[in-house]
Amino acid sequence: MSVLVGDDTRVVVQGITGGEGGFHAEQMIEYGTNVVAGAVPGKGGQEVHGVPVYDTVHEAARREDADASVVFVPPAFAADAMFEALDSPIDLVVAITEGVPTQDMAKVKKRLSEVDTRLIGPNCPGIITPGEAKLGILPGNIFSSGNVGLVSRSGTLTYQVVDNLTSRGIGQTTAIGIGGDPIIGTTFVDALELFEADEETEAIVMCGEIGGEDEEEAANYIAQYMDTPVAGFIAGRTAPPGKRMGHAGAIVSGSGTGTAESKIDALNDAGVPVGDTPEQVTDYVEEYL
Amino acid sequence: MKLHEYQAKDVFADAGIPVPESRLATTVDEVLDAVEEVGFPAAIKAQVHVGGRGKAGGIKIATDEEEAREYADDILGMDLKGFTVDKVLVEAGVDFVDELYVGVTMDRGEGEPVAMVSEQGGVDIEAVAERDPDAIAREHVDPAFGMHPYQARKAVYDAGIDRDVAGDVASVLTTLYDLWEEKDASDVEINPLMVTAEGEIVAADAVMNVDDDALFRHPDLTELREETYEDELERKAGEYGFDYVRLSGNVGIIGNGAGLVMTTLDLVDYYGGSPANFLDIGGGAKAERVTNALDMVFSDENVDAVVFNIFGGITRGDEVAKGINEALEQFDEIPKPVVVRLAGTNAGEGMEILNTDLVEVESTLEDAVQRAVARAEEVAT
Repeated sequence: MSVLVGDDTRVVVQGITGGEGGFHAEQMIEYGTNVVAGAVPGKGGQEVHGVPVYDTVHEAARREDADASVVFVPPAFAADAMFEALDSPIDLVVAITEGVPTQDMAKVKKRLSEVDTRLIGPNCPGIITPGEAKLGILPGNIFSSGNVGLVSRSGTLTYQVVDNLTSRGIGQTTAIGIGGDPIIGTTFVDALELFEADEETEAIVMCGEIGGEDEEEAANYIAQYMDTPVAGFIAGRTAPPGKRMGHAGAIVSGSGTGTAESKIDALNDAGVPVGDTPEQVTDYVEEYL
Repeated sequence: MKLHEYQAKDVFADAGIPVPESRLATTVDEVLDAVEEVGFPAAIKAQVHVGGRGKAGGIKIATDEEEAREYADDILGMDLKGFTVDKVLVEAGVDFVDELYVGVTMDRGEGEPVAMVSEQGGVDIEAVAERDPDAIAREHVDPAFGMHPYQARKAVYDAGIDRDVAGDVASVLTTLYDLWEEKDASDVEINPLMVTAEGEIVAADAVMNVDDDALFRHPDLTELREETYEDELERKAGEYGFDYVRLSGNVGIIGNGAGLVMTTLDLVDYYGGSPANFLDIGGGAKAERVTNALDMVFSDENVDAVVFNIFGGITRGDEVAKGINEALEQFDEIPKPVVVRLAGTNAGEGMEILNTDLVEVESTLEDAVQRAVARAEEVAT
């Protein structure tokens, strides 16, 4: 088992005729993902990497029976692309685009609360179920199939932790990059809920970072509802207040909220050990299995 | 992007929010001309992107020409928390009986904007929020509809604003929300919103920060951008297009991806070192970006050693290695020891290309950081 994506996921790539979209569509296909269509306004009828392109997501979903989409659309048009996918028969939307205006995302988030569709991202590396499907830009070769679920706000930090796990022979059920923006579709709590319900996931790694209160909310959720053991990592312990550390969401505010300390304390209180180094996180996971 | 007070006041005034009469001045003579026009008392206010200007001596009230000259002389050219003051706003003093707070920001937890009103204006609103959270009335707004007029009234009445000015304050809040939305602001704020003895309201200060990611659709606001950096290196990083934050330590850090670079900083600290900077070269970096990044970190005189950590997803190890070679081969002697760790996409090819006469190589993140910390210690002693 796995969560959200697998062998049977049928994927539309929004923006498949662009540089990024085209390159990663090819990588996804090579990995074995079932990419069944592209959707680009005005490019209907073309074919990219053997995949038919349609003008609208609705048409792509209807004709190819697609149930997931990956958004590689530039920031100015990304919210519109997400709305289009949310209003179509698609069940899962993965938005890779970095730099989507925050107010656009507030409107998308509002729409999201009114539909059954799930959104992952934006500004995220995507989601992968090793050996079955990847939707996004994650380097497939470092992942291996197994029993650890992983959820993270950062792309390359995910790769670091996965590489540690894989090199010690610990495989993954599914890895979800939820993205580094202030407003995102799937939160830590949402992802934890999915892993808790998944029979094959025996342990979970959660990689957070400074900014916002999602990690604290996740800690509450873990304490109240979860049996599956979780190991944590929080990036940004040394970040000074008021400075944005790369990600739009990664900032410790002037009033002291969003600090690494508050997140680590909350997780520890929920019984979640937090590694001082990525390697230590793998140690904790090894003990769980 | 932050707007200066005078820029934000222009935007607010254009939208119909009352602001005091004012002039912008860059010299003492201009200040003296300005006070003649706005009259006494006059506030002389430093226009720099720092908070707490008043406490730091950047705002003074002049009651006559002599004081105006003295204060103008003090403030123009002064160093305010690392920024040099090169212009001041000269503004007619407001005879107030009450100071209020109104603002709109994004509540990221809720994913919705929130409008805020408080009777306790004129002081740091974050301090009010901590001391007495109930003193701030909050009204969440559905971003799809915008703020309904009743919501502005509700926030104002909930905050206990005097009935005589409640209608005017609600109207300012409505305008403020509309501006927040129209200009893609992250925050707009008036603190204090002054109430005069005659029952008029005036925006005595103005804050407006705009979402950088939305600037592409606001060319008028982009023109207002003033690149003020705390130091030369942050300016350089802006030119190169790096996410860069300068810190005070001696271990230079270069990596890809915000989370992994932050982790590298944390590890430097964990292993007893002190990070000199945060530098994210971003995804898919080519050789030239790598060269620029090394140039930046080498030109930081605090740096004694460098750790270069790349986990390639869309970034390719061979490109990174090429960039490192190019950057280092131009020196007769390597300025500072560089420890490199390459993993992920094309890391093997990268390791073959990398000139190991010029750099030290480690295969794990932990080992690379420890080695760089040790090298920095050796150089420093």
